[in-house]
Amino acid sequence: MSDVPEKAVVIGASAGALEALSVILPQLPADVTPPVMIVVHVPPDKRSVLSELFQAKCRVAVLEAEDKEPIRSGTVYFAPPDYHLLVETNGLLSLSSDEPVLFSRPSIDVLFESAADAYGAGLTAVVLSGANQDGAQGLASVVEAGGTAIVQDPDTAFASAMPQAAVAMCPTALIMSLEEIATYLQKARSA
Amino acid sequence: MEMPGPEKVEDIEIRLLLEALYHQYHYDFRNYAMASVKRRLKQAREQLGFSTISALQEKVLHDPSMLPRLLGFLTVQVSEMFRDPSYFKAIREQVIPHLGTYPSLKVWVAGCSAGEELYSLVILFREEGLEERTLFYATDINQDALRMAEAGIYSLDRIQQFTENHRRSGGKSSLSDYYTAAYGHASFDKSLRQRVVFSDHSLVTDAVFAEMHLISCRNVMIYFDRPLQDRAIGLFKESLTRKGFLGLGAKENLRFSAHSSAFNDFVREEKIYQRCAT
Repeated sequence: MSDVPEKAVVIGASAGALEALSVILPQLPADVTPPVMIVVHVPPDKRSVLSELFQAKCRVAVLEAEDKEPIRSGTVYFAPPDYHLLVETNGLLSLSSDEPVLFSRPSIDVLFESAADAYGAGLTAVVLSGANQDGAQGLASVVEAGGTAIVQDPDTAFASAMPQAAVAMCPTALIMSLEEIATYLQKARSA
Repeated sequence: MEMPGPEKVEDIEIRLLLEALYHQYHYDFRNYAMASVKRRLKQAREQLGFSTISALQEKVLHDPSMLPRLLGFLTVQVSEMFRDPSYFKAIREQVIPHLGTYPSLKVWVAGCSAGEELYSLVILFREEGLEERTLFYATDINQDALRMAEAGIYSLDRIQQFTENHRRSGGKSSLSDYYTAAYGHASFDKSLRQRVVFSDHSLVTDAVFAEMHLISCRNVMIYFDRPLQDRAIGLFKESLTRKGFLGLGAKENLRFSAHSSAFNDFVREEKIYQRCAT
């Protein structure tokens, strides 16, 4: 299992996701970046263009996650529309068609909770702009498992409800601007 | 990954509960993908009112009436009729012309849950003139789901979505031809079930039971771990006639399977595979 990354990053974003991720993802260095799993709330019936859009702008590989795909460093995985994305403890990604959580599929909480379980203190979780409550519960699980919680400063977010809910649930979370989050993640390493 | 350390208590409880279900009732979830199992069992624990998974285990071991309630959580599948219309369009336009060359056909909907996909295929085969020569097998491990599939009754508020999906799949009739609406429900015509065999079958523990021309198993194997996925795919391989078809969910694939060489991509973007001729 020596090639399985020990650390990982998870990100959740909703309204304002594109703008926020456009600041963060292009700054990630290739190869050394820990795996990054991302849930963006997208409509269920559309083919998502997120992975193609960001692949063109990023040095890291950007994929739409497939079921039982091995998690690799230097790679960003987007949850596909209409599926939950989960992290298994054996270094694989899983998808699920379970019902939406807080009206969302994919759900940020589902990703964060499973990743907290798999990576424990090795996990960094980031809640970005959004107009709902998704991610707050998941972030609490990350903190409980010893991981690092980061929330986009609600005052600077396109939609502040989601970061606000996350901060309310996790008062110890680091509050950062998008640029600070980008710099922080740029320095993250996969081992 | 986290350093191997002492196993969390809840992980131990979950492992023991799955063993208990297998030994007592022969339901085998031990090779399911654990992240979802864990989520579902936590939900079951909370909603069934137990303080620990161990308490739930004790109840289910000593009170068989708890089993179906627990299975409801572990095997719940949410689907729609004609979910992913482009998949059914590809079946209609690219698979049906091949199937039409056979004098008789067998179609297996593996993990049929409440029957949405089964009815979609029966309607599609009727529209394409193949229903009368086809025998459909609809299987699931959950008896309650099988009963729902056999009843073919769905909440009316889902019908608008089903109708839109059907239209986008290239439907040649109106979905309303196939159901009668009453009291907030749509009841699908029993003629759609004339050529369907509903049966209890497990992809985990059961074997091949007929030679199939088309197997549709979508968003079922995402709940399995890789070795179990391979077992199921091996079962499909053995069940399919040469040049028979296997349809998977939009985000599933055979890339990681030991049996991948037995299949060719048939409609790659819709995850429709064809069993090799040899």
